[in-house]
Amino acid sequence: MAKPNDLVQGTLDLLIMRTIAWEPMHGWAIAKRIEQISQEVLQVQQGSLYPALHRLEQQGWIRAKWAESETGRQAKFYALTAAGKKQLEAEKANWNRLSAAIDLVIETA
Amino acid sequence: MRFLEKVRMRLQMLLHRGRESDRLDAELEFHLEQQIAENRSAGMSPLEARQAALRCFGNPVVLREQARESWSWNGLDALARDIRIATRTLLRSPGFALTAILIMALGIGANVALFTLVRSVLLRPLPFAEPGQLVGIFEAQSDGTDQDNIVAGGCFGVWQDQARSFTNLAITQEIDYNLAGAGNQLPEVVDAQAASWNLFPLLGVQPAVGRLFTAADDQPGANATAVLTWGLWKRRFGGDPSVVGRSILIDAKSYTVVGILPAWFAWPDSKVELWTPLYHEKSPALMRMFDAHSFDVVGRLRPGVTMQQASAELNALQREIRREHPDGPVNDAVNLRSLVDAETYDIKTSLYVLLGATGCLLLIACLNIANLLVARSASRSREAAIRMALGGSRLRLIREQIVESTILAAAGGLLGLLLASGILRWLISTRDDIPRADAIHMDGVVILFALVAILGCGLLAGLIPALTSRDARVLAALQESSRSHSGGRGRARLRQVLLVLEVGLTVVLLIGAGLLLRSYRELRSANLGFAQRNVLTMEVNLPKNSYPTADRRLGFAEQLLSKVRTLPGVEAAGLTTIIPGAGRRRDDVFIISEHPPLPRGQTLDALTRFVDPGYFSAMQIPLLEGRSLDPGERLDHAQVVVVNQELVREYFPNEDPIGRHIQTQMVFGNALLRIVGVVGSTRDEISHDPYPVIYYPLLSGDQRGMTLVMRSRRDTAGIALSAQKAIASLDPQLPVRKVLTMEQVLGESTLDARFDATLLFAFAVLSLLLAMVGLFGVLSFMVAQRTTEIGVRIALGASRERIMQQMLRDGLRPAVYGLVLGLVASAGVTRLIASLLFGTKPFDPAVFVLVPGILLLVAGLACALPAWQASRLDPMQALRTE
Repeated sequence: MAKPNDLVQGTLDLLIMRTIAWEPMHGWAIAKRIEQISQEVLQVQQGSLYPALHRLEQQGWIRAKWAESETGRQAKFYALTAAGKKQLEAEKANWNRLSAAIDLVIETA
Repeated sequence: MRFLEKVRMRLQMLLHRGRESDRLDAELEFHLEQQIAENRSAGMSPLEARQAALRCFGNPVVLREQARESWSWNGLDALARDIRIATRTLLRSPGFALTAILIMALGIGANVALFTLVRSVLLRPLPFAEPGQLVGIFEAQSDGTDQDNIVAGGCFGVWQDQARSFTNLAITQEIDYNLAGAGNQLPEVVDAQAASWNLFPLLGVQPAVGRLFTAADDQPGANATAVLTWGLWKRRFGGDPSVVGRSILIDAKSYTVVGILPAWFAWPDSKVELWTPLYHEKSPALMRMFDAHSFDVVGRLRPGVTMQQASAELNALQREIRREHPDGPVNDAVNLRSLVDAETYDIKTSLYVLLGATGCLLLIACLNIANLLVARSASRSREAAIRMALGGSRLRLIREQIVESTILAAAGGLLGLLLASGILRWLISTRDDIPRADAIHMDGVVILFALVAILGCGLLAGLIPALTSRDARVLAALQESSRSHSGGRGRARLRQVLLVLEVGLTVVLLIGAGLLLRSYRELRSANLGFAQRNVLTMEVNLPKNSYPTADRRLGFAEQLLSKVRTLPGVEAAGLTTIIPGAGRRRDDVFIISEHPPLPRGQTLDALTRFVDPGYFSAMQIPLLEGRSLDPGERLDHAQVVVVNQELVREYFPNEDPIGRHIQTQMVFGNALLRIVGVVGSTRDEISHDPYPVIYYPLLSGDQRGMTLVMRSRRDTAGIALSAQKAIASLDPQLPVRKVLTMEQVLGESTLDARFDATLLFAFAVLSLLLAMVGLFGVLSFMVAQRTTEIGVRIALGASRERIMQQMLRDGLRPAVYGLVLGLVASAGVTRLIASLLFGTKPFDPAVFVLVPGILLLVAGLACALPAWQASRLDPMQALRTE
C-alpha cells in the first residue's frame, strides 16, 4: 500500500485540489474522501495533509473559511480559488501526460 | 488575482500570526475529534477511541511545527525566537554583556566618527553642478621642488586667454576686510574672498536675493560692489532684504551690496562671509605680473576633456611663459588637482592614518569579544552537546551564536552612533583647520557604514566561536565536560591565535602612537629662537581710505608703541607684519647688489617681515652682529635692513654681510637697502628649519597690516584689555583681531600634530587594555579548565614555582608571538606615517625598545594573577571540583 510519503511531491496537492473542486471541505473530510475514492489504497496522513493544505493556502491556490461542520462545530473549510481552478486543470493535464508516458514505458519496454 | 491573494495571505500571516496559530491548533483538534467520533461509532469505548485516535494522529507538536513550516515569514519567526533566546542568555550574564557592548560601542563609535569625517571631507563631492569637472590649479616646478604654488595674475591671464580645455577659469584670493560699525555695532574684521565675476557661474551658484557679480563689476574702474553670504546677512543685517542696493563701509570705502548668496553656500569654507570682485580690488599691474604668486585658481573642465589633457595643455602654456620670462620666480609647470583634493590634501594622510587606527581598534574589539564568546561557548559546550543529542541542528546552534554576537554588536553600535556624534562635535570644535567642516554630518552612507560595521562585527565575533564547535562530537563533548583535566584544548589554541593577532595589532598602534608622540615632543621642544612665554599678540589692519599716506600709518604705529610701552605690566613691545611661528606667509626674491649677476633662472628668496626697532628685544631675538634698526630711520630715511643668521649662512658664506646692499622689486621700488645687522634665526614654520629672513623697517610707513607683540613680566591677561583700549583711543573705528598669546599661536600651528598623537595614543592605550583583558581571560580560563590536572600534579609533588612558571609561559607565549608579529607589521606600516613625523625616524630606536617593554610588562601583569592562583591551588580541593 502506498504511504503518503511515497506520493510524489505535488501529487498530494493535485489530489487535494481535485477533492475540493466540487465543494469546500475541511481537512478531515478531505483525507476521508481521498481514502474512500481510492478504495483505501491512498492513506493521507495528517503529517502530510496539513502542511500541504497550508502550503496551498500560502500560494493562493486554495482559500480557507471557518464554517459550521455537519456535527455543528466550527471547522476550517478549504475551497479552490479562481487561480486554483486553473492550476488544477494544468496539473491534471500534466499528470495525465506523465501517467500515460509511464504506462507506455511499462507496457512496451 | 493570485498575486493579490498571496499578498493578502502574507499580510495575514504577518499581522495575525497569533490568531493563525490558535486556528491551526483548533483545526488539528477538530481533526482529532472527528477521528475519535469515528472510532466511537465503530464501537470503541470513549477511552479506547481517544487512545486509538491519538496513536494514529502522531505527535501533535511535531505536526503543528510541520504545518507552520509552510507559512510565510517562518524565517522571521525563527529569528525572533533566536533573538529572544539570545537576549535571555545575555541577560543572564549582564556583566559580560555590558563589557562586550561597551567595547563594541567604543570600536564602532570611533570608526563611524572617523568614517564620517573621511567621507564628508575627502570623499563627498562638492555641492556644485558636475563637481567632477571642477579642478584646482597650482603653479609648480618641473623639477618637483614645488607642487602647489599659488598662481600669479599674469599666468592666469594667459591660461584664460589660450587654454581650450576649460569652459571657464576663475581666480580668487583670501582677503580680510574691516567692516565698519553702523549704529551701535562694533567694527569687525571679516574673512572674505575676492573673486573674478565668473566664479559663481562656474560653480553654478544662483543668488538667494539680488544678483551676483557681472563682468562690468569686475573691472578697476567699476563701482565698488560686494556680495554677502547668507550668514553675514542674517547676523549683521538681520536678514533685511532692503540691504541689497544699499551702501556699506568696507575698509572705510563705500561698497554697494548687490546680492546675497544662498544659505547652503559655504565655499571654500564657512568662515568666508563676504565676496568682492577681484579685478576691481587689485591693481591691473599686479594682475599682469608673472612672478607675484597670490591667487587660487578654479577651473571647470570642458565635457569630455580629461584632467591629463588639461594638465598637458596648461603645462605647455606655462613652459612658454617661463621661456618668455626667464628671470625671477616664474614657474615652468602647473599642477592640477580635483577641487576636493586641492582643498583637502593637507589633512588627507592624517585622516587616513586615524581611520586605519580606528579600524585596528575595531578589529581588536571584535577579536576580544570573539575571545570572550569562545570562553562562554566552552563553558556551555555541555548545553550544546545535550541539545544536539536531543536533535537540535548544528546550524541552529551556530545561528544562535551569531544572533547573540550580532545583538551585542547592534547594542554596541547604537551606543556607538551616539558616541560618534559626540566625538564628531568634539573633533570639529577642536580642529578648526579641518577643511569643509561645514559639510561634516552623518548621512545615509554613514548609517550604512555603521550597519555594515555592526553586521561585520557580529558575524566575525560570532562565527569564530561557532566554528570551533565544529568538531564537537556529541559524545566527546559530554565526556570532556564531565572530566575537565584536558578540557577545551582546541578552543584554548584558537583563543591563543586570536590573542596573537590582537597583541600584534596593539603593537602596531602603540608604535604608531609612540612615533607621533615623540615627533610632537620634538616639535614642541625645538628651539624656536624667540620668546614664547608671557607674550601677547594682536592684529590690526589700517584701512586704505583712512590711512592713505605713509605719514598717517607711521603716526599710528609710533603713537601706538609709545602708548603701549608705558602700560603697567608691559616689559617690551614691538610691531611686525607677521609673527614668527605663523608660517611663511610672505616671501620675495631679491638680489645682492655687490654680487655678480646670477645665472639665468636662478633667484634668491627670503621671507619678508617689516618690524620696528624695538621688535627684536620684545621678542628676545638676539642681535648677533652690527646694529638693530634705528628709530630715526623712518619714512624715506628707512633705507636699511636687518637679516637673520640663516640668510647669512646661505647667501653670504665666508663673507661679512654688514654694509652690503640688497634690492628687491617688491619693497621700496628696488631701492638699494644696506644691511646693518644680523639677528638670530627663528622658526617661522615650526616643523621646518629656519628660513632666510629680511627684516625691513616698519617705520617706513609702507605697511597697513601689523601685529602688536607685547612681552609682560607676568601673566598677559591683564594687558590685553588695556592694549585694546589704547588702540581704540587712537582709532575707535579700527577693529582688533586675533588677540592671542604666543603659546596659543604655536598651539594652533602644532595642533594637528598634537591631535594626531593624542588620538592615536588614546586608541593604543585602549587596545592595550583590551589585549590585557584578553590575555587575562584566556589564562584564567585555561587555569580553570586544567584545575584537576594541576591538582594532580601538585599532589604528585610538582613544586608550586614550576606550576606558576609553566602557566606564565603558556600565558606569555601568545603575547611574545604577537609582539614579533606586530614589530614586523610596524616596520611596514610606519613608513606610511613618515610624512607626519618631525625630527623622528620611522624606526626610532627609543620607541621600538619602549613599546615591547611596556607590552611585555602589561602582559606579565595580566598573566600574573591567574598563574599565581594556579600555583596556590589546594590539590584536595582541585580534585574534588568534579
